Amino acid sequence: MDLIANLGLGFETALTFNNILYCFIGVLLGTLIGVLPGIGPTATIAMLLPITFALSPVSALIMLAGIYYGAQYGGSTTAILINLPGESSSAVTAIDGYQMARQGRAGAALAAAALGSFFAGSVATLVLATLAPALAEVALEFGPAEYFSLMVLGLVSSVALAHGSVVKALGMIVLGLSLGLVGTDIYTGTPRFTLGYPELADGLNFVAVAVGVFGIAEILRNLESEALRTVAVKHITNILPSREDLKAIAMPVLRGTVLGSALGILPGGGAILSSFAAYTLEKRLSKTPERFGKGAIEGVAGPESANNAGAQTSFIPMLTLGIPANPVMALMIGALIIQGITPGPNVATDEPALFWGVIVSMWIGNLLLVLLNLPLIGVWVRLLKIPYYVLFPAILAFSAIGVYSINSNSFDLFAVAVFGILGYVLVKLDCEPAPLLLGFVLGPMLEEHLRRAMIISRGDPSVFITRPLSGVLLILAVAILVIVFLPTIAKRREEVFQED
Amino acid sequence: MTSRLRDLLAGAVFVALGLAFLVGALGLERGTAFRMGPGYFPLVLAGLLVLIGAAIAIRALREQETVIHMHAVPWRGLVLILAAPVLFGFTVRGLGLLPAIAMVALISSFASRRMKPLLAGAITVLLTLFCVLVFNVGLGLPIRLIGPWLS
Repeated sequence: MDLIANLGLGFETALTFNNILYCFIGVLLGTLIGVLPGIGPTATIAMLLPITFALSPVSALIMLAGIYYGAQYGGSTTAILINLPGESSSAVTAIDGYQMARQGRAGAALAAAALGSFFAGSVATLVLATLAPALAEVALEFGPAEYFSLMVLGLVSSVALAHGSVVKALGMIVLGLSLGLVGTDIYTGTPRFTLGYPELADGLNFVAVAVGVFGIAEILRNLESEALRTVAVKHITNILPSREDLKAIAMPVLRGTVLGSALGILPGGGAILSSFAAYTLEKRLSKTPERFGKGAIEGVAGPESANNAGAQTSFIPMLTLGIPANPVMALMIGALIIQGITPGPNVATDEPALFWGVIVSMWIGNLLLVLLNLPLIGVWVRLLKIPYYVLFPAILAFSAIGVYSINSNSFDLFAVAVFGILGYVLVKLDCEPAPLLLGFVLGPMLEEHLRRAMIISRGDPSVFITRPLSGVLLILAVAILVIVFLPTIAKRREEVFQED
Repeated sequence: MTSRLRDLLAGAVFVALGLAFLVGALGLERGTAFRMGPGYFPLVLAGLLVLIGAAIAIRALREQETVIHMHAVPWRGLVLILAAPVLFGFTVRGLGLLPAIAMVALISSFASRRMKPLLAGAITVLLTLFCVLVFNVGLGLPIRLIGPWLS
């Protein structure tokens, strides 16, 4: 069995003292930022990306991955206890989780979330382990036309699955793609959009853009309404769920895991979409849908399992195709590139220890998270009493050092400020920043594959349709676009995201 | 503010940025579809961006006028938060990591109206110490602690 040998290699890598330590640091940081509202995994990973340069590639990726799925755990804690989702993927958990807490069943809700997440995380690790190598093999057959079409599909579906206006999301993608082209053209060496700044010859600094658009813009938004957070949490008792609770959550956890695993693989998918979809599914399948919103434990178990599964399976397109499904994965690609590894189908064969080590570390990380979250819940809650304004200086200081340390270039810090204000303005105008960052990463790749495909086909654009796989991918992309613009679907879509 | 005005503005921002990219792309060699030059793809994208911006604006004109609540811009925070990384960029080489970080911490502390001077001082000292320990001692980043301007 290849799988067993591979997992063996993974355990060997992940279970070294160093990697367990970085896994622990990752999930600890993840839980922390998950608990604290106002700072999400995207900004955190962007800030810490430069630091990972000092680590080995495996340790770096293990730690960054831990931050991402750890944030899903932490986010649910505050969602349940104080109706304040630390992460957007926990927004649906707050609906029923908080009601449970008010009825004195906070312990059961937290346990349902943690156990569901652990189960989902374990299964998703296996899904990742079986699916990823198979997909990597398929991907080896990909030519430039297929890559181009796949990226188009990815970008289009990220629009369809994003919150808010579809047209605005499209605009953000195209803007991101254009910004990604700033720098020197790889074929001719011509500088493009550099405005005469030599610092822009290598393009805009990805970390600076991410820190600006996600970190700085988020701080500014928080400064708009500095409401005092009141934390009134009763002492939590009964962390252990009762037998009835376990019975009630078994099926929702299973369904959430399957749904989350599937949606996580989709380009544009990931944790947020998975949790929304799982909540809708549970409500629809329930014999007593009226209990939802009033403390139904299924409404906690389902989405929490789904968002954790989705967070993990969204690594599949990143690890196998080198194509990010969401901004966090885009940052992971950035981390790999900093380490001198080109993400793509070759990672599984060229860097088996990295590939399998990261996968197995997720299982270990999930175990650590259960241990970290359930018994230590009181510690995390106490953290919420830290006023947010104490955090700004830390976020800014880490960002500044992080961004500067990449190229030792002051220009990148000015870029942080520029993209901070741009991000803030766009968010105010109701434009989601995630598609912009995705476009920014994919811009150069998209252009390169387009140009290569056109050279191979001698300028015949029909190659994108006549190559079967590429054609199917493009047709899918068009179909998705048509569907989201259909009036009935557009309305239904609005309703689904209404629950936010 | 109304949702119509907001969406009109959003459309205008996209059109303006699209036009800026268009101007830049027009100065680049376009090439043919067979051998695309450096300007081909950027030109397509810039055109697309203008069109999308226009579409957003047109849709905005047709939508119903609904008043939306929008928080006021936190000007003081905005200036201080944006000034922090810029100042760090200007001074990190000359002053060194230690003073530059202390400055970032101090400036950004006052972004919030709730901040008290004493707390800001404490945050600045602790955060600077922490950063020096982690980044200089721990990770060994090659940034001088005290720069040439001060020595």
